[in-house]
Amino acid sequence: MGTTASQLGKDLLSEYQELTFLTKQEILLAHKRFTELLTKDEKDLPNTRVPAERILTLPELKSNPFRKRICHVFSTSEQKDGSLTFEDFLDLLSAFSDSATLEIKSHYAFRIFDFDDDGTLDCGDLEKLVNCLTGETDETRLTTEEMRQLINNILEESDIDKDGTVNLSEFQHVISRSPDFVSSFKIVL
Amino acid sequence: MPPKRKNNISINIEDVGMDVDASDSGSEVEARRRAKNRRAKPQRKAKRVSDNDDEDEEEEDEDESPRKRGRKKKAKPRDSEDDEEEDNRNVKRKSSKASRKKAKDESDEESEDEGEKKKKGASKKEKEENKEKGKGKGKGKQGKDAGAEKDKKKKNRKLSSSIEEEEEEKSEGESLSEGEMAALKEEVEEKKKLIATLRNKPWRMKRRLTLLKEAQDFVEKFEGALGKGKGRKLFAFKVMMAKKLIKLKRDFENFKTACIPWEGKIKDVESHFGSSVASYFIFLRWMYGLNMVLLGLMFGLVVVPEVLMGLPYGSIPRKTVPREEQATAMDYSTLTDFEGYFKYSILFYGYYNNERQIGLLKFRLPLSYLLVGVGIFGYSLMVVIRTMARNANEGGDGGDEGDFTFSWKMFTSWDYLIGNPETADNKYASITTSFKESIVDEQMNQKDENIHLRRFLRVLANVLILCSLGGSGYLIYYVVKRSQVFANMNKDDLTWMEKNEVEFVMSLLGLVCPPLFEAIAELEDYHPRIALKWQLGRIFALFLGNLYTFLFALFDEVNAKLESEKDIKNATILALNEYAANYSSYYNTTNVPPQNVHPADVIRGPCWETAVGKEFVKLTVSDIQVTYLTILVGDFLRAVIVRFLNYCWCWDLEAGFPSYGEFDISGNVLGLIFNQGMIWMGAFYAPGLVGLNILRLLSSMYYQTWAVMCTNVPHERVFKASGSNNFYMGLLLLVLFLSLLPVVYTIMTLSPSFDCGPFSGQEKMYDVVMETIDQDLPAFIGNIFVYATNPGLIMPAVLLMVLALYYLNAVSKGYQQANIDLKKKMQMAREEEKNRRNNKDSTNQVMKDLEDLLPNKSLIPPPAEEEPPPPDVVVDKGSRSPKVKPGAAGKGVHLQRDVSLAAPNPRDPVTRDPGPRRGPPENARGPQPGPGRGRGGGRGGGRGRGGPPRQYEY
Repeated sequence: MGTTASQLGKDLLSEYQELTFLTKQEILLAHKRFTELLTKDEKDLPNTRVPAERILTLPELKSNPFRKRICHVFSTSEQKDGSLTFEDFLDLLSAFSDSATLEIKSHYAFRIFDFDDDGTLDCGDLEKLVNCLTGETDETRLTTEEMRQLINNILEESDIDKDGTVNLSEFQHVISRSPDFVSSFKIVL
Repeated sequence: MPPKRKNNISINIEDVGMDVDASDSGSEVEARRRAKNRRAKPQRKAKRVSDNDDEDEEEEDEDESPRKRGRKKKAKPRDSEDDEEEDNRNVKRKSSKASRKKAKDESDEESEDEGEKKKKGASKKEKEENKEKGKGKGKGKQGKDAGAEKDKKKKNRKLSSSIEEEEEEKSEGESLSEGEMAALKEEVEEKKKLIATLRNKPWRMKRRLTLLKEAQDFVEKFEGALGKGKGRKLFAFKVMMAKKLIKLKRDFENFKTACIPWEGKIKDVESHFGSSVASYFIFLRWMYGLNMVLLGLMFGLVVVPEVLMGLPYGSIPRKTVPREEQATAMDYSTLTDFEGYFKYSILFYGYYNNERQIGLLKFRLPLSYLLVGVGIFGYSLMVVIRTMARNANEGGDGGDEGDFTFSWKMFTSWDYLIGNPETADNKYASITTSFKESIVDEQMNQKDENIHLRRFLRVLANVLILCSLGGSGYLIYYVVKRSQVFANMNKDDLTWMEKNEVEFVMSLLGLVCPPLFEAIAELEDYHPRIALKWQLGRIFALFLGNLYTFLFALFDEVNAKLESEKDIKNATILALNEYAANYSSYYNTTNVPPQNVHPADVIRGPCWETAVGKEFVKLTVSDIQVTYLTILVGDFLRAVIVRFLNYCWCWDLEAGFPSYGEFDISGNVLGLIFNQGMIWMGAFYAPGLVGLNILRLLSSMYYQTWAVMCTNVPHERVFKASGSNNFYMGLLLLVLFLSLLPVVYTIMTLSPSFDCGPFSGQEKMYDVVMETIDQDLPAFIGNIFVYATNPGLIMPAVLLMVLALYYLNAVSKGYQQANIDLKKKMQMAREEEKNRRNNKDSTNQVMKDLEDLLPNKSLIPPPAEEEPPPPDVVVDKGSRSPKVKPGAAGKGVHLQRDVSLAAPNPRDPVTRDPGPRRGPPENARGPQPGPGRGRGGGRGGGRGRGGPPRQYEY
């Protein structure tokens, strides 16, 4: 732990604490886990990006159906390859931490669910979302008829302004009522 | 709203573009920023009404950062500062002029600002301008950048404030006027707020980092300038202290989180079983925390003082094992029954002495005992209610549960904590089933094929369950009664079974009944979720019924003991008198010295409090044993058998019949809650029970996490904690109240034993408080107390509370209504917008009906009939409702169809009603209102004035 602390720097650490919902221990742990993902020669470089494939080997993300989206949303990479820097990684953990507010959680949830990054959840997004949730295998997949019905029902419920898509405020409205979103939208290292 | 929004944004884009053009556009930073803005645009577009503010803020902040960057640069060398500043100013002024053209409405205020500024530093400005000319445009890139950025500001407020800021900076060395001070102070406060809330913004870390740094720098720089003269030092000190305090607070937070135990264990469970199973362990940990506090209260204020300062063991009768029991007092079987040395130990009520003050500290033990006994309830109530309130805030109100079933399933059903592929597979399957189920539910809302049979079965099931509840209650009552008979018999004649019958039966019932209920519930064929609720309710009823039967039986026993106690008391008094009489007659003196009997030989009463406490302790211990044994046999042994016998068995044991156990969340949580109820009830009579409970919770944390990880499999239907937190908390609260009742009843009504416990010698237990008030506190407090307990004061207080309750209830109803109204309004506004844009009929039925009522709306003719235009149709066409734009004329068919599709039923009232309203326009319109009407009336027959429109509709 002593080594990681010195690597991170005291000022930076306190700034990270100021900027995230994480505690000191969590940040240090995150740093440790993150450096474990780096290869030997990458370790010396500052601000290294870890490619998405290596991030996804973390057991916390491995079985998550949205893992690719999560990486994509939190990545600041120019190439849109979902690679994360340590700061991106901290962003991720902060949004998924226990003490993050509903507001921020729902914001990121929305962006994760917004598969085509167009700012609204339209039918295509919802369909992809359902497919993510029902898994890869055919037996758990919904039929097209069921899918249509399901999406119609969802739009009926949450699309308050009836424009055929769910936008962020509608999404947040729905999410804020849910009793268990905050408790389940959580990733702990 | 959206179109408007769009317009705004387009203006923004224009703005930005212009500004950038206006300023030196060679900067890469700016270009990148612009690109980013563009990229961000579609997303922003999505944000609607509610997000407007947010967006503005975001923009502002985005603007802010480079500006600050500029300032930071400035801050370094003193001489270059002036230059840059001027440059900034220059560019800004230019741009503000440019933007004024675009944002017309803003210009007024802005010019005002400018004017103000001019007024303020007129002379200075001139100087600056001169300098500016000299320096020209080849300035530092940063300055340009910053200037360009600043241009993007749309908000006047911001602009003005920034101008002021500049002013401030400029005249920093000089004395600051009051207003400037205030502004600067405000700015600093704002920055501080920004620092505090930065983590709530969904921005990239990099951006937040720079923002934070800038804000911090700003605060650092200007905070010092705020105080002046004498106040300066104090101010600096205050600032420093505030900083220290923040750091301390954060360290404390870190320390606090480091102190939370079992994070790793719970996380393991979470990733294997999802948050539902973990919620049990979190609940267990919470319970542990609560009990730690109770333990602190109980041991710190009662047990330890008694041990340290009270009389030692063997000094008085209540602290000594009686002579006849001494032979067996150390036997293992006696100790496991909590007889012998345990019974006369610190664990139980009877051990405590009734001396008013003990030790050097004059510690009032009896008073402390009573207050702690009551305080435990008070503290628990407070904590439970506070937790419930917090949970309620967090998890939404859940009031409109039915409104979002699908959306919640969709958006919140994935449990992000799951880190185990097997669990993930289960979760996929369960989500799919739940989707399918809800679709089917929606498709055919209850297709009751044989409702009578089902009703019959449900009634039957409930009758069966009531029978078993009653049966279990009776069984307990019977057993407790029998145990009283046994208690009067010689202990050696009884078997182990007979001695422990009560606990055994109660644990057995708790073990057998829940599965029985589950089996019976099969008859009912409810939806699993509803079935779970019923199941929980029934188990709760069972536990509660058992507990209360047990209590009532115990009260019978207590009353019997009180009776026998009277006899014993009389006997002791008699013996004492006899001794005194003998003594005085023997020695012929009235000065009788106290009888010198060994404490073990003194005649003593039954001490019902200790007996009650003993029952609770025994019950708790047997509960622990049964729970642990169940886990060992039901889960561990089963898992071992399934695992190893599977190699040589005829069918697949793992997938087939016995399989591995699942973790029974509700059963475990209920068990924990009832255990806690027993602790609450028993703690007053057996202070040691709290310590015992801590041991139980501690061991069960390790034992159960081990058991669940190595013997259980994830639930086939992984369901989430789903706000059940508050459900469990509610149960806990109920149990707390129910366990409060008997304890308070005994404190208030029953008289304590005469020869044991801290209240011996008192008429009632609470007399201890009265005594203290009378003797140790000043008289006026006693008076206050008398007044406060006056019914005349209590009644109004209760009344006031009821009124407050009523008022709050009414307010909450009002909010609910407002909520619904707002929702409706939002929908309406959106529809309006859409209609206007599409030139279409409204999709809303209500609006459609309304439009039908509007003059001549329904007169729009179908194109086929348009060729031979009758006179009044032509007239109507001209005066079509203003809503329909000319472009829509070609869509006549559509419109017509829409109208006729939309309102088939309200037609009749429509044709009749608008008559009087249609009058004026027709009159004003043309020369032939009379004929039109006349014709309509003639043709329509009985229809009246509604005739003409109908003609063309069909």
